[in-house]
Amino acid sequence: MSQNSDLTLHQQHVHEAHAHVGEHTHRDDVGSKMGMWLFLFTEVLLFGGMFILYASYRFMYSDAFKVAAEHLDTYVGAINTIILLASSCAVVLAIVSLQKKNKRLCLGFLWFTLACGAAFMVNKYFEWGHKIEIGIYPKGPALAEMSEGEVLFFGLYYVMTGLHGLHIIIGMIFIGVIMAMIQKNKITHDNFQKLENSGLYWHLVDVIWIFLFPLFYLIH
Amino acid sequence: MDSEKEKAIHEHESHSHEYGVYILVFFGLLALTAITVSIAGLNLGSLTLTVALVIATIKTCLVANYFMHVKFDSPIFKVFIAVCIVIFATMIGLTFFDLIFR
Amino acid sequence: MANGSIAVPAGREEVVDFYKHESKHKGIMSWLLTVDHKRIGLMYLVVMIGFFLTAMTLGFFMRLEMLTPGQTLMKPQTYNTLFTLHGVIMVFLFIIPGVPAVFGNFIMPIQIGAKDVIFPRLNLLSWYLYIFGGILALISIFTGAADTGWTFYVPYSIRTTTNVSLTVFAAFVLGFSSILTGLNFVTTIHRMRAPGMTFFKMPLFVWGIYATAWIQILATPVVGITLVLVILERTLGIGVFDPALGGDPILYQHLFWIYSHPAVYIMILPAMGVVSDIIATFSKKPIFGYTPIAMSSLAIALVGYLVWGHHMFTSGMSDTSRVIFSLLTFLVAIPTGVKVFNWVASLYRGSIEITAPMLYTLCFIFVFSIGGLTGLVLGTLNTDIHLTDTYFVVAHFHYVMFGGMGLLFFASLHYWFPKMFGRMYNEKIAKLACIIFVIGFNGLYFPMFIMGYLGMPRRYYDYLPEFQTYHVIATVSSWIMISGILLMLANLLRGLRHGSTAPENPWDATTLEWTVPSPPPMENFDEIPVVTKGPYDREGLKEASLKH
Repeated sequence: MSQNSDLTLHQQHVHEAHAHVGEHTHRDDVGSKMGMWLFLFTEVLLFGGMFILYASYRFMYSDAFKVAAEHLDTYVGAINTIILLASSCAVVLAIVSLQKKNKRLCLGFLWFTLACGAAFMVNKYFEWGHKIEIGIYPKGPALAEMSEGEVLFFGLYYVMTGLHGLHIIIGMIFIGVIMAMIQKNKITHDNFQKLENSGLYWHLVDVIWIFLFPLFYLIH
Repeated sequence: MDSEKEKAIHEHESHSHEYGVYILVFFGLLALTAITVSIAGLNLGSLTLTVALVIATIKTCLVANYFMHVKFDSPIFKVFIAVCIVIFATMIGLTFFDLIFR
Repeated sequence: MANGSIAVPAGREEVVDFYKHESKHKGIMSWLLTVDHKRIGLMYLVVMIGFFLTAMTLGFFMRLEMLTPGQTLMKPQTYNTLFTLHGVIMVFLFIIPGVPAVFGNFIMPIQIGAKDVIFPRLNLLSWYLYIFGGILALISIFTGAADTGWTFYVPYSIRTTTNVSLTVFAAFVLGFSSILTGLNFVTTIHRMRAPGMTFFKMPLFVWGIYATAWIQILATPVVGITLVLVILERTLGIGVFDPALGGDPILYQHLFWIYSHPAVYIMILPAMGVVSDIIATFSKKPIFGYTPIAMSSLAIALVGYLVWGHHMFTSGMSDTSRVIFSLLTFLVAIPTGVKVFNWVASLYRGSIEITAPMLYTLCFIFVFSIGGLTGLVLGTLNTDIHLTDTYFVVAHFHYVMFGGMGLLFFASLHYWFPKMFGRMYNEKIAKLACIIFVIGFNGLYFPMFIMGYLGMPRRYYDYLPEFQTYHVIATVSSWIMISGILLMLANLLRGLRHGSTAPENPWDATTLEWTVPSPPPMENFDEIPVVTKGPYDREGLKEASLKH
């Protein structure tokens, strides 16, 4: 069964009525975007479950959370925030440049995005590495000394930033695949919904970090 | 119905923007990040969390509206997002009825 | 067949149905690699009946153990494992995906006049995730099966030495499959409706699927992450829920029921959509109160998010929230009542035809009313304190889940069987099986209400001698019920091989799936229909069916 048959007739009608849209519109860009958004909602609620936990435990142990947050480096968090914002901007600029048929610039922006993602992960690696070194990790010696609220803080810290990091990696893989498709002209100036969808995913990961940053690094 | 679909097909042409808008938004986001970091240094007591969340929400609106193109999308996407946010807010709200009064 | 089949007009082109359609893969691969929504729906059906029979067998042995007090057949640990797996398989592999995955896939796209769902490959991926999750659940049986019950409550699920992680992971994978199906359906319903089919011309089954799909998208991720946290807590010792590390086990219950209560509506909403379709068809008149029924589906989906706390009245939750959740729980009765009253009003002065699907549906209304009304007893705070974790709860949710979704799964199977397989089954045996089933069902679960009221706790492999009469009635009835199910399946299987050929529209139904041949051709419609009339509008029905 060919993928062409996915197309619905009403779209066919639209396409026939607007022949200038051309052959390549055997697809439903809005539908594809809608599907992506619905997927983003599931991601929002996936993290949402953990934000509920965070809110509850912060409510119960607000003082311990403040103490625990002292162990986090605001500068590393802020730098990572800037890195992600820049990468998000680059993705959206990549779409603009593709619309302007500037394939090289588009790929350049996406390379920049990948570099940002990698830089973020490197920062994260050193951040986690340092904590593990001084014994702040689940079942670690330093954590065992701490109060219950602090243990929960770091439990949530590891799970939430860890899952977020995992999403960065997945997003980078998506963007890498998209870049290959742009290179092979499978994604072009008039057929770039896939690029836009992975952009949406990347922005969502950015948005989640926008909340994680103040909630973990900026409690004083 | 059909005209709606038709609009959707042409949607891409309708929101092709210049680089400038996005770069402006980016600088706006940087400024908000700077504000949130510097405010966190002040002692605002119980307001700290509220301020941080308000700023994060503004940043999210910027990202969603411009980077994620929601501003230029058809209204149905805004309805979807509203549904998602309302449901999530309900979950947190009802959970807190337990925590606050326990 | 009950009513006249519509004669096939002469000179009609011979259509190749989707079974015979030549695809690029042959044999078994033409199924395993298919992206056709009808084939995927059937693959769900086959696997699902397998899982259903497995879980039914587990239930059979549980009932057998309860025949006499003390140890009858198995050790307590085995019994714990049995009720856990019975729950996990039935809930996650049969009840939740049942109607959406099988009939949502097969029927919904045809009902809205589409050639397929919008993301066919994603649809196939959902099926593989479903299979993967199912296999993991089965593997977990043989590798130290979980003994926590299907709710996986912490802290026990963190402490127990059984292999909870694998079972929990299976549930996570199944959740993902469910999310992708929901995402696919919402987008399909928004983007793929035939020209002229506005939202308020969609069949009510589609409305049910639509409301369900939203719950699948917005609720499932919450339980997904909760289950992942349980795994992380077990394997890495991360402090999240464990009270020893300061965690709050009640928060686990909140997160679990934030999903699992709406999941109840995932189970029942599409099934309620089926009721509307079947009642309209066999009363031979348009459904009464189309818009209220459609809106009540959305209302149930929405209110379903507000009531999860009624599973936690005795957990140590705050009094305020217990009162609030109890109050909100009663709200669910309103949209449900809207549905039931409209169904009854649709039957009023209709020329009712008691076919097998109709019989199953009417039995559903009876059984589900018992289930729904006993739900109010459990939703009331003070009575719930007395009845929590007793057989009353077990009886209630079996009446709602099995009597609700299960009966309607069978009803849908009988209703759409001719469309799906192009054959008829023996109507008399189907009705007989239904009657046997309903008698067995009530005999099995009704005594549990009484036992629960008298104080028989759930999930115990032993009981006091005074309960034995009830247990014996229940166990014997379980045999009757199972024979009803087996008779029904045998009848359908026989129909599959030896049944007479089904016409395009054997029931004189009005929705779009009955305007295509049985079984439908590969892409459902030669030409996408232009919809001008309501889904249950009987005007010009003959004409419409003759047009093909």
